[in-house]
Amino acid sequence: MHGRPRKALTEEEHGASSLKAAKLRDLQSQVLHFHHNKIYTEEAIEISAKLLESNPEHYTGWNYRKLAVQYRLDRRSEDGVDSESIQSILDEELRVVENALKKNFKSYGAWHHRKWVLSKGHSSTDWELRLLGKFQKLDSRNFHAWNYRRFITALKKIPDEEELQYTTDMIYDNFSNYSAWHNRSVLLSNLMEKGGKRYDKENVLGEEYEFVRNALFTDPDDQSGWFYHLWLLDQTLKQEPVFLSSWPPNGSNLYLSLDGRLKGQQSLPILHFQSKARKFPLVLYFSEAVEGVSSSTVTVEYHDGDSLLWTPLSANNFGFSQAWLTYLKFPDEVPSSEARPVKVTIAHFPGITSSRGMPCSQSCHISFSVCVTSDDQEHTEVQSSHRISWKEENFKARATQSIEANLLHSFSKLEITKENKPSTPKWSMEIISTEIAHCRELLSTTNCKIGKLTLARLLMAHKTLTSYGIPDDGTEVHYEDILALYQDLMKMDPAHICFYEDDYSLVLLKQLTSNIESLLKHCDRYQESSSPSTNPYLCVRLNGLSLSRIGSTEHLLWVQMLDLSHNKLRSIEGLETLQLLSCLKLSHNRLCSFTSLEPLKKLKYLEVLDISHNEIGAHSIDTRRYLCSSPLTHAVGSDWYFQKFVDGDVKLNDHWDAYLLFKDLNLIQLEMIGNAVVDERFKAFLLKLMPELKWLDGEKCR
Amino acid sequence: MEETALYPPIEPSNFDLIVIGTGLPESIIASAASAAGKTVLHLDPNPFYGSHFASLPLNDLVSFLQSQSQSQSQSQFESQPSQTSDDYASTPLVTRPLYSALEFNSYSSDPIDSSRKFNLDMAGPRVFLCSDSMINLILKTEINQYMEFKSVDACFLSDAEGKLENVPDSRSAIFKNRSLSLPEKNQLMKFFKLVQGHFGSESEEDKISEQDLESPFVEFLTKMGLSQKLKSIILYTIVLADYDQGNLKVCKDVIDTKSGINRLALYHSSIGRFSNANGAIIYPIYGQGELPQAFCRRAAVKGCIYVLRMPIVAVLMDKDGGAYKGVKLGSGQELFSSQLILAPHLTIPSTLAPAEQVTTCHDVRLSDTKEKVARGICIAKNSVNPEVANCLVFFPPRSLYPEQITSVRVLQLSGNVAVCPSGMFVTYLSAICDTAVEGKKLLSAAMDALFCMPISGNSGNSETDNLCELTEGKPCLLWSTLYIQELTTFQGAFHSINYTPMPDEHLHYNNLLDATEKLFQEIYPNEDFFPTISVSDDLQDDGGSEQDP
Repeated sequence: MHGRPRKALTEEEHGASSLKAAKLRDLQSQVLHFHHNKIYTEEAIEISAKLLESNPEHYTGWNYRKLAVQYRLDRRSEDGVDSESIQSILDEELRVVENALKKNFKSYGAWHHRKWVLSKGHSSTDWELRLLGKFQKLDSRNFHAWNYRRFITALKKIPDEEELQYTTDMIYDNFSNYSAWHNRSVLLSNLMEKGGKRYDKENVLGEEYEFVRNALFTDPDDQSGWFYHLWLLDQTLKQEPVFLSSWPPNGSNLYLSLDGRLKGQQSLPILHFQSKARKFPLVLYFSEAVEGVSSSTVTVEYHDGDSLLWTPLSANNFGFSQAWLTYLKFPDEVPSSEARPVKVTIAHFPGITSSRGMPCSQSCHISFSVCVTSDDQEHTEVQSSHRISWKEENFKARATQSIEANLLHSFSKLEITKENKPSTPKWSMEIISTEIAHCRELLSTTNCKIGKLTLARLLMAHKTLTSYGIPDDGTEVHYEDILALYQDLMKMDPAHICFYEDDYSLVLLKQLTSNIESLLKHCDRYQESSSPSTNPYLCVRLNGLSLSRIGSTEHLLWVQMLDLSHNKLRSIEGLETLQLLSCLKLSHNRLCSFTSLEPLKKLKYLEVLDISHNEIGAHSIDTRRYLCSSPLTHAVGSDWYFQKFVDGDVKLNDHWDAYLLFKDLNLIQLEMIGNAVVDERFKAFLLKLMPELKWLDGEKCR
Repeated sequence: MEETALYPPIEPSNFDLIVIGTGLPESIIASAASAAGKTVLHLDPNPFYGSHFASLPLNDLVSFLQSQSQSQSQSQFESQPSQTSDDYASTPLVTRPLYSALEFNSYSSDPIDSSRKFNLDMAGPRVFLCSDSMINLILKTEINQYMEFKSVDACFLSDAEGKLENVPDSRSAIFKNRSLSLPEKNQLMKFFKLVQGHFGSESEEDKISEQDLESPFVEFLTKMGLSQKLKSIILYTIVLADYDQGNLKVCKDVIDTKSGINRLALYHSSIGRFSNANGAIIYPIYGQGELPQAFCRRAAVKGCIYVLRMPIVAVLMDKDGGAYKGVKLGSGQELFSSQLILAPHLTIPSTLAPAEQVTTCHDVRLSDTKEKVARGICIAKNSVNPEVANCLVFFPPRSLYPEQITSVRVLQLSGNVAVCPSGMFVTYLSAICDTAVEGKKLLSAAMDALFCMPISGNSGNSETDNLCELTEGKPCLLWSTLYIQELTTFQGAFHSINYTPMPDEHLHYNNLLDATEKLFQEIYPNEDFFPTISVSDDLQDDGGSEQDP
């Protein structure tokens, strides 16, 4: 079944196959004729059998037979119940399917027809199991047969334990069998869910790790075992989603203003937010994508009355998201120097659920306070007339001391609080440490890609568990080792370099944000020298780190200015959670389309964007472009004013993705020189699209 | 001797080839010669096919072994002087005893009572690898239609503590194995892949270097970093080395890497060759005596004439030149042929040969090898491993006692291959040795490791049986025999008279088949050894040669 080279047909075979094709065409047109005219005579049915037995892929043929069977069954029941003749009609169907499967036992249509017949409930499931035994002996990896097996065992109510033994036998026979490993994972999931002493999660995982370990050591190049190992690792780390961080941070005092001017407190390191619209964002960040964040699951003790509207902050719109956003209004009574407390209670059980169905069962609280510092209406038009130059000298080192203290303060609040610790049991750490030891032992003699990748994942898992506060058992894990593994993998397996670069980036960002000291090395305060009066930005500089994607944003929710230039970013997924972001530098990356910038649409305060020197427009085929909403989908249909901007210029029609992006941005400054897409006409198009834009590629445009 | 009147005369009296003895090599030659269009007469003084390769009922085995052993008188014909008939000098044919130091132990009367339900191999243990040359010949000659086979379910290696451990001979066996450490599993599979790469890959990188190929296999295994245990597994259970490869002083068969990996590759290609065989090894139902019989049947189909129970009293020589002419049968009939093949237990005493013959003919001399094979047959009530019926067990050198320099091989068979009544198990043992004492020591040690012996004199006492099963957990012996078989090989031959090889010390048939083919080519240099028949044997590969277990 597998690994058989395809041979070129001889002339004789060509002749035979064209003869066969002619016969098939003839049969096919006959069957279609019967189908259209609802002819269900014995002869007609016989001809459809002939067709399906030589071409099991003919779906219409199967559908015709279903209709024919139904027709005949209905007629029988009119004549009075006669189980024997019903039986014989259905047996005939099974016989045809069996012959069809002998022809091609990977035919979806045939297997499906068999399921349909069996679901009528007149046929022997024992015989089906025997038949499956034969098929699975011929090709133990045929997933159709495995699929059907699950169907039959469910119908026959065969206990999962028995089927588990069957997978064990199949794996003993030949462990290169994805289907068998997969079925095992399905069965064990069921059994572990039911629980009981025998299928206690700790026991099961321990035994399964040992079982698969034998396969991994015997043949490390066979990937099926590694995939099962990955499933086990996932089960080991599987836990309830937990609340990780928020903005404003827990325990902070947030100073609010309309214009960014702080009355009298400029010298103090404070947390400050400015909004003309008199509202500020509240962001909650979870350990994995969750759904069900709403005013009924999250209580905010601040306003009376209004129920808050929560929106997910994620690049896709499946309803699950790690970060959730709502807006709170400034306190009503203004001006007020008095701080108003805000208390947020998260996760009233039940309600918040992870994408894999785990509920967030522990409730937890955060609290902070807000106060409005100024309300001078006349000063509202002060800021943002100056271009952000990103010049080195504007990154202020002088204030480091106090800023450090300030950041330290806000940052420490982001750490998981004691009562919010995940409920990961201690044995999971033991398991991970054992697996790390075995994996290292294997790699000491075998150079194996997937083994290295697994080790990297295990080490990351160890780091994650340590961060949850589970005591370390002496296995030393350093981020440097994990990064070195990925660098090795990039060299060993250049075909998958993008995959490794992404993982590498995530690990690197984890390392950078793992403690205050390392994060502080990348933190700065930015103030444009030409406008000393404005508030400095809280800035994080992650430039030149070879990042290809973004992660660990739960530690960066407070960032206002972010430098990601000179990386390898192909995607900026994750940036949508940085709601305070106002200046973003993405120059010298590998972004190839406007579509990949979609997350920016969720950043309401973004004013300065630098996407110069990327690859937008450089690739004729952009595989990601079609992932975004297109003018063809009804979602955009209603606000489709694109034509207005195009002015009938056909070439600009190609820029509908740019339109979809920029129409939702409130940019004041944009750099996009060095992209293939940019020309004078495109610039004009952008200016028309964004009336607020003041600076385009360093030139003042309004 | 029976009366001559009982023997019907044989027609015609002239043949291209007369073969005496129906052992495996004789049967193959008779079959090959018949296939090549020769007229062949195949005679055997015994009432059964197979001679020393036969499978016999228990009582018949005992009496045959006794009749062919040194304690018996040398030959019935010894006293008969060289007779001269009218035209030819008649030299009496002498039976040379092949067996010595016979020893029988009966602890229960059960086996003897059902003697006829046994098919005991005289030249055991012996099995087929699914891809070996004998199986290829069986398929080529289509004699698989006369035979059925069954898988040998498992191979065990006796470890230092005498525990039987599964031999990790394949990928899935390595995966399942419980005694290897994880790094050992990794090393062993890696080595298997290395050998596969050597044979399967086009690129020079994957080839094992010439220098390595010529080095002793054991050194190559060490170089590849295999542990002692893994080396032992490969050398003594897969490559089947006879002597301690780790002790070059005593080792008489240092296996080089080239032949080592060839045997390993043959073993691996045997796994999965037939879809209904579990592993690499199969055994014929009704015993290995089926094989010579099947060749005889094929010979008969091609026109060979068979006469059993026919004593051959003398060889007829040309009076003048001393050249071979024919044979004289027990019936008194004289038959003539251009060629004569003799089974290895028959000799023409050179002392009785006329003086001039010695000068004109090659000297028939037994090569003076000291080596012998010790063989043993045990009958027990239980399997040495309760989970399997048919299995091989290997005791590598130094596993039984420190001075053990050759390995002991054991084949246990059950009633499902129709060699014994159900509920009993037959076990064959063999080891190569220099002396009978050493050979018996080897086999006795292996038997001690596998079985528990009831105290003799208590035969049939079920209480002691139970006691012994309970105390040691080993199967209880019901009956056993030990005997030493000569391994002499013939050097040179009379013109037109050739000897077939005797049962060798090996577990497989390869060497016997090679020697037999060589012999055929010497007699008939211009004939093909079984010319290929036009029918492709591909189709027969699956199932044709085998019955579903």
